[in-house]
Amino acid sequence: MNIHEYQAKQIFAKYNIPTPKGIMVESVNAAVTAAEELGGPIWVVKAQIHAGGRGLGGGVKLAKSLDEVEELANEILGMTLVTHQTTAEGKLVQKLYIEDGADIKDELYLSVVLDRKSEMPLIMASTEGGMDIETVAENTPEKIITVPVDPTIGFQGFHGRELVFGLGITDKIEQKNMIKFAEKLYRLYMENDAEMIEINPLVKTGKGVFLALDGKMGFDNSALGRQPEIAAMRDYTEEDADEVEAAKYGLSYVALDGEIGCMVNGAGLAMGTMDTINYMGGTPANFLDVGGSANAETVAKGFEIILKNPNVKAIFVNIFGGIVRCDRIANGIIEATKITDVNVPVIVRLDGTNAPEASEILKNANIANLIVGDDLGDGAAKAVAAAKGA
Amino acid sequence: MSILVNKDTKVIVQGFTGKEGSFHAEQCIDYGTQIVGGVTPNKGGQVHLGKPVFNTVSDAVKTTGATVSMIFVPPAFVGDAVMEAAEAGIELAVIITEGAPVKDMQMAKAYATKHGMKTLGPNCPGIITAEECKIGIMPGMIFKKGNVGLISKSGTLTYEGTNQVVQAGYGITTAVGIGGDPIIGLSYNQLLPMFEADPDTECIVMIGEIGGDLEIQAAKLIKEQVTKPVVAFIAGQTAPKGKTMGHAGAIVSGSAGTAAEKMAALEAAGVKVVVSPAEIGKAVKEVLS
Repeated sequence: MNIHEYQAKQIFAKYNIPTPKGIMVESVNAAVTAAEELGGPIWVVKAQIHAGGRGLGGGVKLAKSLDEVEELANEILGMTLVTHQTTAEGKLVQKLYIEDGADIKDELYLSVVLDRKSEMPLIMASTEGGMDIETVAENTPEKIITVPVDPTIGFQGFHGRELVFGLGITDKIEQKNMIKFAEKLYRLYMENDAEMIEINPLVKTGKGVFLALDGKMGFDNSALGRQPEIAAMRDYTEEDADEVEAAKYGLSYVALDGEIGCMVNGAGLAMGTMDTINYMGGTPANFLDVGGSANAETVAKGFEIILKNPNVKAIFVNIFGGIVRCDRIANGIIEATKITDVNVPVIVRLDGTNAPEASEILKNANIANLIVGDDLGDGAAKAVAAAKGA
Repeated sequence: MSILVNKDTKVIVQGFTGKEGSFHAEQCIDYGTQIVGGVTPNKGGQVHLGKPVFNTVSDAVKTTGATVSMIFVPPAFVGDAVMEAAEAGIELAVIITEGAPVKDMQMAKAYATKHGMKTLGPNCPGIITAEECKIGIMPGMIFKKGNVGLISKSGTLTYEGTNQVVQAGYGITTAVGIGGDPIIGLSYNQLLPMFEADPDTECIVMIGEIGGDLEIQAAKLIKEQVTKPVVAFIAGQTAPKGKTMGHAGAIVSGSAGTAAEKMAALEAAGVKVVVSPAEIGKAVKEVLS
């Protein structure tokens, strides 16, 4: 789960991680009032959406007067922001963050992420702040410093020293400031079950103070149950509505841009099904994992979500029944086609426990549009053919 | 022969009396697995499914001599359960539970390693040595005994792959589901050498997916240490970037962790890579004949 910059900065404040002062607003009037309260003389008007690259997309701008704040707030609020991290349609800006302009001497990069290789949190830093870090990693990997922190010992002095010497910070007060900054950031990461915290840029002011000018945070969904304050920051309007709806029913859904709707049990087989459709010359319209215990209700919901997509020309239901018996799933599919108006061909492949009985049930049900696939390859081929014929 | 577990393996179940634990423990007992007891705090002394219940793993191990624990406790308690098993001298913890916080797994795995305990999972279907011992939630009846070892991140692809191997006229020595979380226990690089050393395993099927670089590391190891033929499938060639595909660990971050990258590495290591899981059976037949 991701949060907005203004929320990340609220969390920074709790940990005494320095940030410029700012106020989140949802209207132009409130933006001007906020700017007055902050005092100026320079403000930054920032679009609040869950995506990086806002500056380049025109969602972050500098104002030198209250009139300019008003003008920019007017311009950015309600705009659809397209960045390299959004879809081509972009994201609607519904919130702004009005922030004090900072006295910037240097721009750095600092993040904490989970390193899957070492299975530890990894502190990453670079002197190339304000740039897309993936580009830096690609072109000048030597400019990225990585410091893994073993969570069983936590952040130690040596971690801090590796960081500041790696960044080439020589002033002793600045060294101390940076080490404290990183230590707090690590503590925040661990205590809140964060998955990723990125500050880009982290700026050094003329006084040698380090400030988090930006803040991006993502959290481990599996830990939200014990992080109620974080969970409360969730902004559903930033997420795909169909994915959110699917999740309510225990379905894991991701929309794609193809023509064949997929309904599969298990994430691996669901991806494998998409790959097989692609291999057979078709295009998958979605990823959909109905979970281990597919039943009539979840299957019906799956049909409903898949059919919302107007590009869908056929649906491939691919279930490998393990503990769940296929005959029960077959009945579930029949029930589901009664509840939902399924107006495209549905190819069903059921394998595993009681698969022959399931095939019989489906064949005897005499449902128009329902085609039985014998195995994964056969089912996918029939789905591709059906989509082309439709 | 087989790897890690066989008909003599003594197994306890943590979260024994819960709904999931009970259902699957019973299925395992029916399969022939030596479930020798289980652990549910405050239910020590009771008998469940005909087996003794203990308050702690330590009590269970002392009384039953179990070396493997199958863990079904709710996600928030998985870390604790794994560490308890490690402390009590369990040799292998098979963690079935889905949705354990990643931080807990970092801590638990580090502690398990310190105590020399192997872990499998979390969020995995478990491990099965065909016709001998099933520790997990897989449908036992599809696992016919044979000469193919299988390692998979995905549960249903384990079944799909196994089914095809059997349809092709072969069978399974041991099938291991390693799970699709960002942090998992035993993985390809620990399991491949075990299959390489197992005299009954003549071919290895390896099923991976997008995210992380375990498959890339496996490619290196295969090139250097594995002489037996390996068939591989990587799920998620058509997955979009930056989206979590069901499994918490299945995500392409930037340009890292793509299926294409993993498939190329495996192919370069001499692995027979298939582009669809529907081709696994055929590929196994090809490399074995």
